[in-house]
Amino acid sequence: MPAGAAAVPAVPVTPARPHGNAAGHGGARRGRRGPRVSFPRWAPVTLRGQLKGKDIDYERKGDLYKDIVTFLRGRSPRFIENMAKQEYSMSKEPAHKKNYQHVEGAEISGQSQSHHNLTEKTECEKGKSSSAGPTGHSVKPYMKWKSSGLSASQGSDKFPKKGSEERKSRTVSLTTKKKASGKSKSVKIQEASKGKASVSFEDVSESSSETDEDEQPVRRQEGSTDLSAEYWGIQKLAKYVKGGDPTATLIALCSMRDFNLSEETCQLAIKDTGCLEVLINLLDTEEIKCQTGSLKILKEISQNMLIRHAIADLGGLEIMVKILDSPDTDLKCLAAETIANVAKFKRARKTVRKHGGIKRLVELLESISMGSSYQAKDTETVRCAALALWSCSKSTKNKKAIRKAGGIPLLARWLKCAHANILIPIVGTLQECASEPSYRLAIRTEGMIESLVKNLSSEHEELQRHCASAIFKCAEDEEIRDLVRKHEGLQPLSALLDKSENKQLLAAVTGAIWKCAISRENVLKFQEYKTVETLVTLLTDQPEEVLINVIGALGECCQEEENRGTIRRSGGIAPMVNLLTATNPALLVNVNKAVGGCAMEPENMAIIDSLDGVRLLWSLLKNPNPDVQASAAWALCPCIENAKNSGEMVRSFVGGLELIVNLLKSNDKEVLTSVCAAIANIAKDEENLAVMTDHGVVPLLSKLANTNNNKLRRHLAEAIAHCCMWGSNRVAFGDTKAVAPLARYLKAKDPLVHRATALALYQLSEDPNNCVIMHENGVVKLLLAMVGSTDDILQEAAAGCIANIRRLALATEKAKYG
Amino acid sequence: MSRKGRKLVVDSLTRSAKHFTKSEVECLVKLFDTLVAKASSQFAGAGFDRTVFRDTLYNAFGMTDDAVLDRVFSTFDKDNTGCITVEEWVEGLAVLLRGTLEEKMKYCFAIYDLNGDGYISKEEMFQMLKHSLLIQPADEEPDEGVKDLVEIALKKMDYDHDGKLSFTDFEKAVRDENLLLEAFGPCLPDIKSSMSFEQKIFRETPK
Repeated sequence: MPAGAAAVPAVPVTPARPHGNAAGHGGARRGRRGPRVSFPRWAPVTLRGQLKGKDIDYERKGDLYKDIVTFLRGRSPRFIENMAKQEYSMSKEPAHKKNYQHVEGAEISGQSQSHHNLTEKTECEKGKSSSAGPTGHSVKPYMKWKSSGLSASQGSDKFPKKGSEERKSRTVSLTTKKKASGKSKSVKIQEASKGKASVSFEDVSESSSETDEDEQPVRRQEGSTDLSAEYWGIQKLAKYVKGGDPTATLIALCSMRDFNLSEETCQLAIKDTGCLEVLINLLDTEEIKCQTGSLKILKEISQNMLIRHAIADLGGLEIMVKILDSPDTDLKCLAAETIANVAKFKRARKTVRKHGGIKRLVELLESISMGSSYQAKDTETVRCAALALWSCSKSTKNKKAIRKAGGIPLLARWLKCAHANILIPIVGTLQECASEPSYRLAIRTEGMIESLVKNLSSEHEELQRHCASAIFKCAEDEEIRDLVRKHEGLQPLSALLDKSENKQLLAAVTGAIWKCAISRENVLKFQEYKTVETLVTLLTDQPEEVLINVIGALGECCQEEENRGTIRRSGGIAPMVNLLTATNPALLVNVNKAVGGCAMEPENMAIIDSLDGVRLLWSLLKNPNPDVQASAAWALCPCIENAKNSGEMVRSFVGGLELIVNLLKSNDKEVLTSVCAAIANIAKDEENLAVMTDHGVVPLLSKLANTNNNKLRRHLAEAIAHCCMWGSNRVAFGDTKAVAPLARYLKAKDPLVHRATALALYQLSEDPNNCVIMHENGVVKLLLAMVGSTDDILQEAAAGCIANIRRLALATEKAKYG
Repeated sequence: MSRKGRKLVVDSLTRSAKHFTKSEVECLVKLFDTLVAKASSQFAGAGFDRTVFRDTLYNAFGMTDDAVLDRVFSTFDKDNTGCITVEEWVEGLAVLLRGTLEEKMKYCFAIYDLNGDGYISKEEMFQMLKHSLLIQPADEEPDEGVKDLVEIALKKMDYDHDGKLSFTDFEKAVRDENLLLEAFGPCLPDIKSSMSFEQKIFRETPK
């Protein structure tokens, strides 16, 4: 007998051989289970949750119990039964034994008893204000603890059962003391002085429950309405799972699977009968059959969010990670698949990583060579491991862990296999990880694009979706966009647009098209496949995530002149302008870009204007999101340029000019740049320039002059050049110290900056003082070089500026020397 | 056994017991010889008795339940002589260690069918499960829990609803849920002990 079993004398053990070195099966399990069911499970878990309090996770973390008694009983009924039973058998506490029997009898019930129990419960529920769950009297929601423990009005609810509970709890605390861990002692103190002490207890260990309380009652009540056949059936089986040897446990586990475990009622019943703890404890035994049986149930019920959290809280993930090393293939698969279900939230994913789960899962991918001879069992292992990795890969650190464990080549290897049920989780993992640059590099260099493109033509829509989604994320990289084209992926992508009824697929596909369309060669291909026309049809009646991508793709496509006409001819302008009234910032940014692109064509501009598109764009400048502001300002540029009577149109927007001038106070570089560009266009109209001058455009522009950002420099210089055309603005720019910084722009590397700067300097040089500053800043030599430029405009502006400076010098000389 | 005789046995067993290679059969025969030597000479070196068998399985696979071991002995001892011959030994182990699901189902069914009438009756189930409950709710009849458990098992496995399990019932249930193979008590070695047994016995192969 192992020591553990010896410490639990009352437990009957299958007869051991007298000279045996191994204990009977029951004994071995019991020995391990005894201490596990006892207290320590929950305590570190709740503490852990608390320490991590900074991560705001709105999902419920811990269980809620009404008070410490129900908490204890709910958490480990096994413990109560087991320990209480021992007390009994050792005949040290006969009094408690009796109480225990009474309570336990009521709880696990024959038919009549259960009926009685049910009535009692219903009454009890009526008494409770809102919160009673689908519980035997063994487990009750914890959430109202504070009030029921303290307030007199609620306290009375508890009386009907208080007696039995207290008797039982004493048994618990006594046996707990026997096990003598520090934690159990603290519990005993709580027991002794329920009430105020319990509040402090709550403060210590359940701090996270506050946020949970809000959503809790609704869910629980849902369950309680169905407290019926399933609940009692499961409770009956739970009795054998808890109180039987491995054989009885196994029969009960197998029968439990006959319940519809995908139903929430059954899932919660398993939790509320305290069966969940036992299922997890079973995982920590050496009984492969019981482990398997337990995991088969856990795999099903972990679809439920509450159960997932409970499993994580009970330390189930750690054990399942350990099971990944088991020699039994089925068991490994089940563990991996259950991990896949549980690791749907951040804390669980972290637990898996911290306990070496990622490495083990990756090893499972490696353990099977993908030769011709692998069997169904092996593919199942890979499938389950990939599923688990997929769930885990939603955390950034796990992505890194997968890479470090050597997962990328294995993902690449399995990406070449032919089984859709393996490919789906593999591609799912890849597309999840493709947010990391290192994975994108690997996807490119390990030749994964070819496989992804190939599977775009799979018959499984889910697989197609993940492939498209992977391309969507990867195609941020130019080289990948080229690879998609080289492997002829653009055509299947276009073809998939026809599957417009599957919105998730459509979102992924349009996303991939959008990103691929950033490359010009790809746009030309899309023209060939008539993709633009199809995209236009998707501008209406689509969910937002599709619209964002569709309009994004159109925005890229209309950088190509031919497509602007295509969009107009297929009636795309009107729905696009309509979308300017949307609220989603991501969508608005893309709409702005697309409308701006279309506005480059005068014919399109006429339509946009007739639909009042410019006003809509202009009002988006008021949007709080800087990306929306910037994209709207950019889109306004071609509009103002191409609209007829644009000056008058702009003036007709009440307060519009003040609005755009004030955006020069923004902190966002892109907003500033785009607004400068817009102002440059607006200033071409003298009247508008006058209004802007009144609103103080000159000092605001001057203030921006000290920047190193070449893009901003260019558009700023353009704006300054155009704003010089009114009144004493040239002088004003000089006074507000814009000239010296501008002069330095000539040293920038960007020729576009040179051109804009030369134009601005040319305008500014009309004022003698500015000429002096320019001369002092050594512009003449730089401008002289630019006179030799091939860019006519730059050449002319540079020459004009030099001429002005020269003229001033001559005039000065003349004045000096007569 | 003479050297030549042993070779003949090995050859014929290699042909009949398809789960083992020749060298593995040799190892098992060698183990058999050791066991026979250990046993009393009651069977004149032709085999060994129940006690040796039980001890061997106990040591090799950690099987402890005497009742189950007796049943295992009976399934090994096909001719019911109370003596395990070399053929019975090798063929029996073939099922235990390498048996297909089919073979294992037949084997387990035979173990559980205590009276050999082709059915696992409620009484037989009760017999096998009577010690399986570690906690008896004290206010119930002592056997109430076990009877309940038998009903649960029957509900799960008795497809034709005749109140007993035929092999067809059993087969159907096991195919549906492999875990039910050992529904009424462990009678097969678990994967770890069978792996270590194979390692221990077959590694000593003189190659």
